[in-house]
Amino acid sequence: MAGELPFEMPLVEMRKKIDELKQFGIEKQIDFSDEIARLEERYEQLEQEIYNNISPSQKMHLARHQQRPTSLDLIHLIFTDFIELHGDRLFGDDLAIVGGLARLNGQPVTVIGQQRGKDTKDNIARFFGSPHPEGFRKALRLMKQAEKFGRPIITFIDTKGAYPGSTAEERGQSEAIARNLADMSMLGVPIICVVIGEGGSGGALALGVGNRVLMLEHAIYSAISPNGAASILWKDASKADQAAEAMKITAKDLLEMEVIEEIVPEPLGGAHRNYEKTAEAIKESIIRHLSDLSSMGADELRVDRYMKFRKIGKYTFERTVQPEQPIDAPDMGK
Amino acid sequence: MLKDLFQKKRKYATIPSERLGRNDHVQEGDRPRREIPEGLMSKCSKCGTIQYSKELEKNLKVCPNCGHHMRLNAMERIRMTLDEGSFQEFDSDMISVDPLGFPGYATKLEQQKLKSGLREAVITGEGTIDGHPVVVAVMSFDFFTGSMGSVVGEKITRAIEKATEKRLPMIIFSTSGGARMQESILSLMQMAKTSAALARHSEQGQLYISVITDPTTGGVSASFAMLGDIIIAEPSAVFGFAGRIVIEQTIRQKLPEDFQTAEFNLQHGQLDLVVHRKEMRSTLAKFLDLHTDHEKEGF
Repeated sequence: MAGELPFEMPLVEMRKKIDELKQFGIEKQIDFSDEIARLEERYEQLEQEIYNNISPSQKMHLARHQQRPTSLDLIHLIFTDFIELHGDRLFGDDLAIVGGLARLNGQPVTVIGQQRGKDTKDNIARFFGSPHPEGFRKALRLMKQAEKFGRPIITFIDTKGAYPGSTAEERGQSEAIARNLADMSMLGVPIICVVIGEGGSGGALALGVGNRVLMLEHAIYSAISPNGAASILWKDASKADQAAEAMKITAKDLLEMEVIEEIVPEPLGGAHRNYEKTAEAIKESIIRHLSDLSSMGADELRVDRYMKFRKIGKYTFERTVQPEQPIDAPDMGK
Repeated sequence: MLKDLFQKKRKYATIPSERLGRNDHVQEGDRPRREIPEGLMSKCSKCGTIQYSKELEKNLKVCPNCGHHMRLNAMERIRMTLDEGSFQEFDSDMISVDPLGFPGYATKLEQQKLKSGLREAVITGEGTIDGHPVVVAVMSFDFFTGSMGSVVGEKITRAIEKATEKRLPMIIFSTSGGARMQESILSLMQMAKTSAALARHSEQGQLYISVITDPTTGGVSASFAMLGDIIIAEPSAVFGFAGRIVIEQTIRQKLPEDFQTAEFNLQHGQLDLVVHRKEMRSTLAKFLDLHTDHEKEGF
């Protein structure tokens, strides 16, 4: 398979050697089967070694892999009868977010996700998966529609972040994201969010206020992209790898911090190696979590979602201080 | 000496300032110059007008010459806004930890405390404005560029929950550079936490006024700052989601001077009104009064 990342090169080279040896054996009619078997065994060891020790920055590159399955790829594999719906009814239709109706194991659901492009042309049309306000507003419209008809909501998160352009600002990027956060928290139907690639900043979170947040094994999720953090911290965006290591962006980190509920395993080498297997694992997990939530009424679901986010955060108290006193206010032009 | 002939004679007094560094005048120090005590005078960061600090403070830190609203820290804002002696602080001793073990974060937190005299980027509590009880959260840009980490999110959420529980209006004065990246995902989640708390406060029919002050960007602008029933900004306050430099890089164009200012945002329908600092307290009082049940007359 093409598109190997630098950390996979030892495997590529070894595979090449094995293939060469096989070819040589055929040409010269020499039996190398013992050697080949030994090499294959070594290859498998190396494969395990490499793929079981993928570093955060390597995961970042996997999460951004051009061949990684997008929201639409997974939607078509996980659901049946998907019908895409368009537009926010206010301004336009943002192709960086797709959404619509579908069936999951026969049950009607609403499914929404950020959509990266498959090639350059597609990427330009979809703003590289970075939504404008109208995208977030379309998503919220579809979520409220789901609530009206009592359908569960599934969202797929895959964006570098909200589109940072002047048109987005003029149309209220901040308001659109903020509104999604507040209104999603109040929806009376189950919401399952799956981070499938890169979860970047507020643009990701705007589809991320779910009862359960799941994450693919090599997906990443952070407040700012590692590139952005590197350019602010070290004035050098090329130090993204370094930032990725420091920022605790992996699924494992987020599970430990109780930001997500579950890690969905990927095929060896990453989701792009096998779309079907990836989709199958996600589907199994979504169905399991939805059936967990199925006994909850609308209010219980709201409380469950509120409590999930309410408990996130780490802080302490400086107990050495004196008990607080009212501040004596000098007259300042009142 | 010939050199003296060409030396520029200063016709004005110079103000020593920590920001400029004291070395500037020490180097030229052949002649003793008239020293003005530190902090006696202040200079407008926009038009450069110099005036007595006391006068400036009486003018609520608004430049009398150009009307520029200088940044305030949380305590100054509370003094200007709430009734004297009415403020009771919540969670004053809550402080940040270094949850990710992020390089340099712990040291930076200590530096920020010393620099600003604050424990964190927000102060929360309750008090009254013109007799109307209210819960407030006031951010300070002084502390870590007002960035929102776990403590800012938790303090604001607790304050909103208190307002919900006591059925009180909520006012938040925002100023922030965005999420605190040293707490990465935990910072990001504070956006959801505070917004969800406001949704509950709103559902109960309570009033929330968001006051946007210079500058408010990123994670704060895309959460509680934009969720007010009423959204007010101070004149010229810059507010938006993405920063100017990032946008200019994205669209490869220079942005207009007034881009993302309060006036720009008013024009684009993102705000209810722009209010001068002198009118802020009375405007808030008016809104609070309009949302108070008085004896009903007529209808």
